[in-house]
Amino acid sequence: MDQFLINVLNGISSGLLLFMLSSGLTLIFSMMGVLNFAHASFYMIGAYFAYVLTGIVGFWIALFLAPVAVGLLGALFERLALRRVHKFGHVPELLITFGLTYVVLELVKLVWGLSPVSFTPPPQLQGAAFTILQSTDGLGLVWGAAPAGTCGDVAGRVVHCSTFPATRFFMMVVALLMLVSLWLLLTRTRIGLVIQAALTHPEAVEALGHDVPRVFMLVFGSGCALAGLAGVAGGITFVTEPAMAAVVGSIIFVVVVVGGMGSLAGAFVGSLLIGLLSTLPLTVDDSLATLFNSMGGHVGPETFGWPFLRITLSQAAPILPYLLLVLILIFRPKGLLGTREG
Amino acid sequence: MTTFKKRLFGTSVAASLALSCGMAFAQKGETVKIAWIDALTGMTAATGQNQLKSFQFLAEQFNKSNPAGVKFEIVSFDNKLSPQETVNALQSAVDQGIRYVFQGTGTGPATAIIDFLNKHNERNPGKEVVFLNYAAVDPDLTNSKCSYWHFRLDADTSMKMEALTTFMKDQKDVKKVYLINQNYAHGQQVSKFGKELIKRKRPDIEIVGDDLHPLAQVRDFAPYIAKIKASGADTVLTGNWSSDLTLLIKAANDAGLNAKFYTYYAIVSGTPTAMGAAAEGRVFQVGVLDTVRPEARKVMDEYKKRFNDDFYTAQVWHAYTLLSNAMAKAKSTDPVKVAAALEGLKVQSLNGEIEMRKSDHQLQQSVYITQWQKVGKAPNDYSVENTGFTFAPIKSYEPYVASTPTSCQMKRPSAS
Amino acid sequence: MDTAVSALPIATPAAARRNYHFRPYNVGRWIVWGLFALVLAVAPLFWTSSFGQTMLIQTGIAIIACLAYNILLGQGGMLSFGHAVYSGLGSFLAIHSLNFIASGRLGLPVSLVPLVGGLGGLFFATLLGYVTTKKAGTTFAMITLGIGELVWSMSLMIPEFFGGEGGISGNRVVGKPFFGITFGSQVQVYYLVALYCFACTALMFAFTRTPLGRMLNAVRDNPERVEFIGYSTQRVRYIAFMISGFFAGIAGGLAAVNFELVTAEVVGAGRSGAYLLFVFLGGATFFFGPIIGAVLMVVALVLLSELTQAWLLYLGLSFLFMVMYAPGGVASLIMMNLRVAAFGKLRHVWTSYLALAGTAAVMLLGAAAMIEMVYHLQLNIALGSKLRFLGATLDAKSPDSWFGAAFVLFTGVAMFEFTRRAFKRQWDTIQEEIEREIKRREALV
Repeated sequence: MDQFLINVLNGISSGLLLFMLSSGLTLIFSMMGVLNFAHASFYMIGAYFAYVLTGIVGFWIALFLAPVAVGLLGALFERLALRRVHKFGHVPELLITFGLTYVVLELVKLVWGLSPVSFTPPPQLQGAAFTILQSTDGLGLVWGAAPAGTCGDVAGRVVHCSTFPATRFFMMVVALLMLVSLWLLLTRTRIGLVIQAALTHPEAVEALGHDVPRVFMLVFGSGCALAGLAGVAGGITFVTEPAMAAVVGSIIFVVVVVGGMGSLAGAFVGSLLIGLLSTLPLTVDDSLATLFNSMGGHVGPETFGWPFLRITLSQAAPILPYLLLVLILIFRPKGLLGTREG
Repeated sequence: MTTFKKRLFGTSVAASLALSCGMAFAQKGETVKIAWIDALTGMTAATGQNQLKSFQFLAEQFNKSNPAGVKFEIVSFDNKLSPQETVNALQSAVDQGIRYVFQGTGTGPATAIIDFLNKHNERNPGKEVVFLNYAAVDPDLTNSKCSYWHFRLDADTSMKMEALTTFMKDQKDVKKVYLINQNYAHGQQVSKFGKELIKRKRPDIEIVGDDLHPLAQVRDFAPYIAKIKASGADTVLTGNWSSDLTLLIKAANDAGLNAKFYTYYAIVSGTPTAMGAAAEGRVFQVGVLDTVRPEARKVMDEYKKRFNDDFYTAQVWHAYTLLSNAMAKAKSTDPVKVAAALEGLKVQSLNGEIEMRKSDHQLQQSVYITQWQKVGKAPNDYSVENTGFTFAPIKSYEPYVASTPTSCQMKRPSAS
Repeated sequence: MDTAVSALPIATPAAARRNYHFRPYNVGRWIVWGLFALVLAVAPLFWTSSFGQTMLIQTGIAIIACLAYNILLGQGGMLSFGHAVYSGLGSFLAIHSLNFIASGRLGLPVSLVPLVGGLGGLFFATLLGYVTTKKAGTTFAMITLGIGELVWSMSLMIPEFFGGEGGISGNRVVGKPFFGITFGSQVQVYYLVALYCFACTALMFAFTRTPLGRMLNAVRDNPERVEFIGYSTQRVRYIAFMISGFFAGIAGGLAAVNFELVTAEVVGAGRSGAYLLFVFLGGATFFFGPIIGAVLMVVALVLLSELTQAWLLYLGLSFLFMVMYAPGGVASLIMMNLRVAAFGKLRHVWTSYLALAGTAAVMLLGAAAMIEMVYHLQLNIALGSKLRFLGATLDAKSPDSWFGAAFVLFTGVAMFEFTRRAFKRQWDTIQEEIEREIKRREALV
């Protein structure tokens, strides 16, 4: 049971990281109609900036400074490059962000080298956040690591311990805080209302005198800042290296499409779904072949399509999101909670 | 542990020096160009850069003195891990008159080279090219796909598994083994050989899991670690490399998994930094570099001083030693004669005596098991990637231990 | 190649001068296609090294692949991120059929193996295209992305069909020789590729002239209107997708014959990205744009990466600038100048062009020197700080080289900006003159 809980928590934390990334992407897409291919690149830049800043001012200040720096970078890119391409249509906008991924990757490799950098979490975030204990008496929770001697065979009782790392817990907290503050910003502040209006009626907003290009720049910068924040959390949880952008790059598009393009709530639901989908099936070691055989079939190596039937769910788990993407696009192209169709 | 026999080495060095002085070679001072075709950009760029530097560095050392008196020159080509690009690069090399090829990362490019050379060497007599494979470890390359023009310098997957399982056989604390690998040829083979050899040597060991995950696609290994924990495994056996290995070990550290990791590629660029203190004493690696031997240590120290990077590819030394000795034996740098001289050649190298087995062109050499430990007194005082930790050698195996039989039916060209 | 053709000539001399209806022969078209065939035929005589010939072969294959991709992008407005799936699966089917021919189970001549690849591409496009083309725009792009990732992941997991990491290898010198042609030598393979290239280019050009091709353009421009006049946009897109898949499969089949080895990378995202990048660079809005893009693709991926380690950076930056300043690609730049030439104004501009090219070259030289030095510092510093750059030796650690490169760069930027403004003034004047001339000619009718 404790393993299952930990699995669910893993899935949720994975999903929340995806949410941090896809919320920025959704925001940019809703506002400007451009799918920012380079979003994962800003994630990577956020991690590297945080690594550099941690060495100068410490982690907790870097946590605030790095996203701001990434946001400024994003706003600069919007001002100099994206704005010029805006008049050519949506395809060139997408293509310019596509080209940006190559350039950012090369620049990151130039500045920080090809190998991973050792971006270690601060002392407060090392070790376990909490430990779940399971024994015949039931479940228990201990903050921090379980004291020595409580796990394993203890006085005749077998106690299973599962630790949940502090970095992941931190990631979840940051993501939830971000969600709440984003919601508050969009619904309770004036600029949030302007953004919401520009989401659906940009011309009307411009007619009312708001500087829509400036709002665009602000939104693009904010979206990139959110990606940078995700990068700080992801950088200490996972490995900070040039390949980290490619690893999350395509999955966030799946999240955005599945959740529904243009909907933040959809991005939240979609990212949790994808996070759980790539985590929970890993425990299932059955394949289509074992399924058929348990129902009385005789599927073996000589059956037609055997290479396909013998793939177990756990082997296929990381690519299930793409399958979900294709299915959603066939049956419900708006996505789960979407309002627009791309 | 094999202790280095100074006297034997000294004798052989003196002998080879005497030999090289005594004979007048036509190729003395001749430049031998070798094409190095591997990935300088892409997923394995860091490893490729490291290996290219190793080749260039050792070329300088060997050019100072080698049994054939030749000068080695490395011409590098970036194949971006693509087999089709490899063929392009090979064609370019052939056009430039280069007759030797080094390659290592990836079985795909290696297979492409073997296929191309089989046809090229047959269709173009007089322009043959010889391929020295220094790291592509798919056993097929010296079994079903064996070729007269291909020589493998690294211990292949099955050989490394023989050594690893021989080591595991004597470890009493190994009772439940979990296999986790990348879902492609290499990972599938590690899994297959792992299960087979463990069953043979320690039938009491229980294989509690056998996972295959998509290559370079998994961002988050925490679920796999949870699965490993649930199975109660005390040992994890994996052939993963690059970010698949670094993320796996990091996730294991984070989740507090106490299992031991037996790996193939923990020493490769990038992984040591991610392992850090949390992996102390828990990660083992099987390889062919003997870090204790003074010559090897000298190379590692000089390389570190010059490049601020680690030297871990002993096969590079093998390549130059074998080539120069074969050229000396054949009294020529013509690839056809050198290939004939390479077969069955026995020389001293960075890890003792090595032999190029004639039947399948698989090098027979000593294999070493190392453990990730804190830097201590010599010889365990080399800090890998400046982490303060090192791969301390804990067991060495003579060549016969890791040797595996072959099913190669080699087609030899008619005697030239 | 898209000259204006009107319907019937009006029987007034002025109008006859304005609208050309080519009777009996469209001389311009014959000349252009003849030149194309001539270039294809004599190219191997100029590049005789095996590396040069393999580049030519790959260019021919790339032309077919890029033109097939442009059926979707340029003519249909469908942005696909996973087109390598179809050319790649065509490659795999072709290499398997080569192996079947070798073992005697299939009695097909090797020259028809690319057609097997084409049929394979067609099959998979039919299978996957129905769901892919249901929607257009971003949805379409996302589906192609998802399918591309799916196929690539599966390709490593199903070694029986995809051959695992080593891929599937074959031998093209099998079966009965056709008039003594065994395809052992590269020249023979080149002429096979050249034949297919010419035929496929002609067929795809013919496709653009058919009603279906025109409807595809209409679907790109105004899908709502197309629905109004009674065509199903989904049907049109689906058929175009299948045709594109067919030609992509032919390109894949030719690649299988050439390399005799097919690995999982042929269905990967890198290749799909390359198609997109280079078709866009070449120019998606004109028919011959992808041909230019294909040449650029082979040059960049094969040659450039041998010359410099910074090739990916150069590629990314050129793509960025192209999207910003010339979204129609190289082809649009050529056509703009052709238009100017047609009105006889080119001689006014060519001096400006020279100045522009010169200053741009200076600027690029400075920038490239600095980029190369940075790369050298980061990646190659162990081999000494000197590097060779276009025949000169630079020292990455000495401030002299840096100062020199920066000086060249900034001088170049200043001169380029100065020349560009003068050029822009001149260009705008010329465009105004051309517009006036067009109006004048229309008024004559």
